[in-house]
Amino acid sequence: MTDRSQYPVVEARGISKRVSSPEGELELLRDIQFSILPGEAVAVLGASGSGKTTLLGILAGLDTPSAGTVLIEGADLFALGEDGRAGVRREAIGFVFQSFHLLPTLTAVENVMLPLELAGRADARVQAEQWLARVGLERRLRHYPRQLSGGEQQRVAIARAFVTRPRLLFADEPTGNLDLATGRRVIDLLFEINREQGTTLVLVTHDDKVAERCTRRLRLDGGRLRGDA
Amino acid sequence: MSAPAPMLALALRMLRRDWRAGELRVLAAALVVAVAAVTAVGFFADRIRLALELQATELLGADLVISADHPLEAARLAAPDGRALRRAEAVEFPSMVIAGDQAQLASVRAVSPDYPLRGRLRVSREAYAPDAEADGVPPAGAVWPEARLAGQLGVAVGDTVELGDARLRVDAILTVEPAGGGIGVFNLAPRLLFNAADLAATGLVQPASRVRYRYLFAGEPDAVRAFRARIEPALGRGESLESVGDARPEVRGALDRAGRFLGLATLVSVLLSGVAVALSARRFIVRHLDYCAVMRCLGASQRLVLGVYGLQLGLLGLTAALLGGALGYLAQFGLESLLGALLEIDLPPPSARPALLGAGVALVTRLGFALPPLLHLRNVPALRVIRRELGGPGGARLLSYLAGAAAMAALIWWQAEDRLLSLYILLGAVAALALLAATAAGLILLLRPLRHRVGSTWRFGLLSLTQRAGTGVMQVMAFGLGILVLLLLGVVRGDLLREWEHELPEQAPNRFLINILPEQVEAVRAFFARSGLEAPELFPMVRGRLTGIGERAVSAGLYEDDRARRLVEREFNLSWAARAQPDNRIVAGAWWGEGEGGGGDGAAELSVEQGLAETLGIRLGDTLTFRIAGADLRARVTSLREVEWDNFRVNFFVLTPPGVLDAFPATWITSLYVPADRYPVLNGLVKAFPNVTVIDVSAIMDQVRRIMDRVALAVQYVFLFTLIAGVLVMAAAIHASLDERVRETVLLRTLGASRRQLLLGLATEFVSLGVVAGALGALGAGLIAQLLASRVFHLAYHWDPALWLIGALGGGLGVGLAGVLGTRFVLNTPPMRALRGL
Repeated sequence: MTDRSQYPVVEARGISKRVSSPEGELELLRDIQFSILPGEAVAVLGASGSGKTTLLGILAGLDTPSAGTVLIEGADLFALGEDGRAGVRREAIGFVFQSFHLLPTLTAVENVMLPLELAGRADARVQAEQWLARVGLERRLRHYPRQLSGGEQQRVAIARAFVTRPRLLFADEPTGNLDLATGRRVIDLLFEINREQGTTLVLVTHDDKVAERCTRRLRLDGGRLRGDA
Repeated sequence: MSAPAPMLALALRMLRRDWRAGELRVLAAALVVAVAAVTAVGFFADRIRLALELQATELLGADLVISADHPLEAARLAAPDGRALRRAEAVEFPSMVIAGDQAQLASVRAVSPDYPLRGRLRVSREAYAPDAEADGVPPAGAVWPEARLAGQLGVAVGDTVELGDARLRVDAILTVEPAGGGIGVFNLAPRLLFNAADLAATGLVQPASRVRYRYLFAGEPDAVRAFRARIEPALGRGESLESVGDARPEVRGALDRAGRFLGLATLVSVLLSGVAVALSARRFIVRHLDYCAVMRCLGASQRLVLGVYGLQLGLLGLTAALLGGALGYLAQFGLESLLGALLEIDLPPPSARPALLGAGVALVTRLGFALPPLLHLRNVPALRVIRRELGGPGGARLLSYLAGAAAMAALIWWQAEDRLLSLYILLGAVAALALLAATAAGLILLLRPLRHRVGSTWRFGLLSLTQRAGTGVMQVMAFGLGILVLLLLGVVRGDLLREWEHELPEQAPNRFLINILPEQVEAVRAFFARSGLEAPELFPMVRGRLTGIGERAVSAGLYEDDRARRLVEREFNLSWAARAQPDNRIVAGAWWGEGEGGGGDGAAELSVEQGLAETLGIRLGDTLTFRIAGADLRARVTSLREVEWDNFRVNFFVLTPPGVLDAFPATWITSLYVPADRYPVLNGLVKAFPNVTVIDVSAIMDQVRRIMDRVALAVQYVFLFTLIAGVLVMAAAIHASLDERVRETVLLRTLGASRRQLLLGLATEFVSLGVVAGALGALGAGLIAQLLASRVFHLAYHWDPALWLIGALGGGLGVGLAGVLGTRFVLNTPPMRALRGL
């Protein structure tokens, strides 16, 4: 096994994304280039429509770039097929979404179990229960998402993201659907666990306060990378 | 790297979770009810059909008869291993019967003690007097002549007749012989029945005598089938099998129509169930788009997603097939106990076919409707988790409906007993769906500008309808098809069945008079006028033997088929007519015009009954040669006719234009209705015209009428089941748009719409949908009914404009009510809870 700490966890190489629209071709991203080292916490900042979410989708292999590629732990994501990319996600990546994306017919604990089950792990339930306890929801195991508040739902999502002990976590506006106080508690939890686990974090936000807590900030404007600090 | 999850375990787990969350209930209910309805209707229709067939066997006196011109070895007649088959025998031959100085040719039959195996002999003490069931067969030393033979011989009960060397006592008058079949009505010499024990004493069966040996068999259907399968290929020269259809075209005709009516009911329930399953499957797929995206995002491979959902739907289909099949099986027992007394028949145990059909509906529709969207689910981009507009059901929807419809069509085709019926139903359904879709889309386009001109409550409804155009069109199609089949079944149940029963009215002819001499025609008419019975229409009849088809000489030896051989051996009844009888339908060629075809300039023309033409290999354009009273008649076949044998009117296998047969000796024939209390008039007729033969067809007619009555009753009840399937379609169609509707309604409520406004809005939407669907459904039902009536059932049907009104009003009311009831909960739930409940 290679020593992963020698490589960047994420490397973006000249990513462009163009889509056709009724007004002609639209360039969402242009020649984005950066790399993220293990343990970094990187905020991707920018106004609405600046291309943050598009970039995140490409970095996670959920979407394909028009040009350029992404290396995850040195492996070219787009040299792999759709299923290969899914394998990389199962193996190395966790997600937290703005709108939680819990499955409504699964209880809290089952939602957390799902990624482990997809990976064929036998200890799914034990692990899931431990992680729900870790995010403070040990009394909500058998609740359905609709029976949970927004903050609770996002904590279930955080447990689901970390349960596979990913080396890389993508978070897309994780507080976007939450009120200020709840949002702050969720972010606290996210950073706390991230530190504990030594996970590399890529966090999309338009909130400067959240971005401040990261070790590094990438600023997008009109699809171009304008700042890296 | 960890191994991918075991697919089945995961699928089971997901299925359990979906079920527990209430996600699958409508889909499962749709599947189970669909399977149950199809199975129950299938089982029931199947059992009625089997029962009718069984009952019809009474005309044959057995389930199966082997008829031979020589005795068969006992070994060949043994039942298959371990199977119980009852057996009886009859030896039959023409013979003179003598009483004093009177001698008559009779068809005599020596019968074994168990004869017949199906149905009972009936006898009376005097000719044309009320009869009763006979106790067994004539005892040794006794004969039972039928009334006209007794009349011709001038004997009564207690007198003695000579049969060959034996002197036998007249013990009773034979009135009904179930096993009388196998001999054409018009060739029938009067019957004399006696005990097989006296056969040797008559000394009439000699090596050269014209004897037919009839071996009757009866038993469990599968034992009979097994026996038939063994004996049929082994039949030798002069040996043949007889079943009801060979014996009685009237009963065969009635059974065929009965089968079609029942088949139609089954078909319609399959169709409705398929639509319900399609609709509920769609909702399942739409709701699981997000699941797939999340699973893909969490690292599930396409194969895993496909496998998990494929297995889920498969398991669901299998469970529903088993559960629905069991329910359907139980339901048809309920139907039986409800109907048993009314039907007055013992239903035989059901066959396995309907269960297969039910399971087929579950699995085929599952597969057909769910597979394309499922394949599409596999391709749902994981990106959908961040961009919700991606990977909607989109184009896959159309594909899935096409695939599903193809699967349904294949299923219907597979199960169809009657391909023509299935074809019309399928074509009708496809055309109706296209019409419904086009009209709905057109109307929604037209309504769009209207929504700005109406009041606010109407606007909500119309807005809703025009916004959700896709769903609206889908709902119109579903409602329309549902209403169409319900109305169609209504028309069939009412008008078509009634029309059928009208074909055999209470006073349908129950007696045939044959052998009336040309010079007696006027006198017979006068006789009826005097007796107060309605004077019947008389038809001429010339008897001739078919000796040539084209240049080929015809003889019995040319044919393998026993029926064909018998037809060639005996004389045909030819007649002439200027116009075809109203119940005859020309299926090939053309009927001759007024004054044409008489052979003055070219060859004389013939019109031949289609079934006869098939049996004997006669084609349109063939020149036939008949040998009539020592002279030859050559004429060309210019038309083939289909004859409705089940209405008991006089019909002929071969017709010529008037004039062609003038040179040949003719007798006249008629059929008429004689009420039971006027039977003695027939005695007077036979006395006045001793050469005239009276043939009683009331037993056969009763049989046909019983078949009709039972089918009418069965179709009525099957209609109820189909109604359930129809309601299911409505429920599924309403449920299909529930998610979108809840979102919309909640939004409108949040924006301050009152409960009343929303309720009226919903009502407007559903009533509009219902009226459009109902009107179109009625149109489709009328057209399909017309087509079925003329092409499949051969019955008269006139489209009733009221049907259109019923469709539109009923549709509006029914769909409106069902729609409001089905979605009302949205109005009574706080908006947030309604949203979260999705």
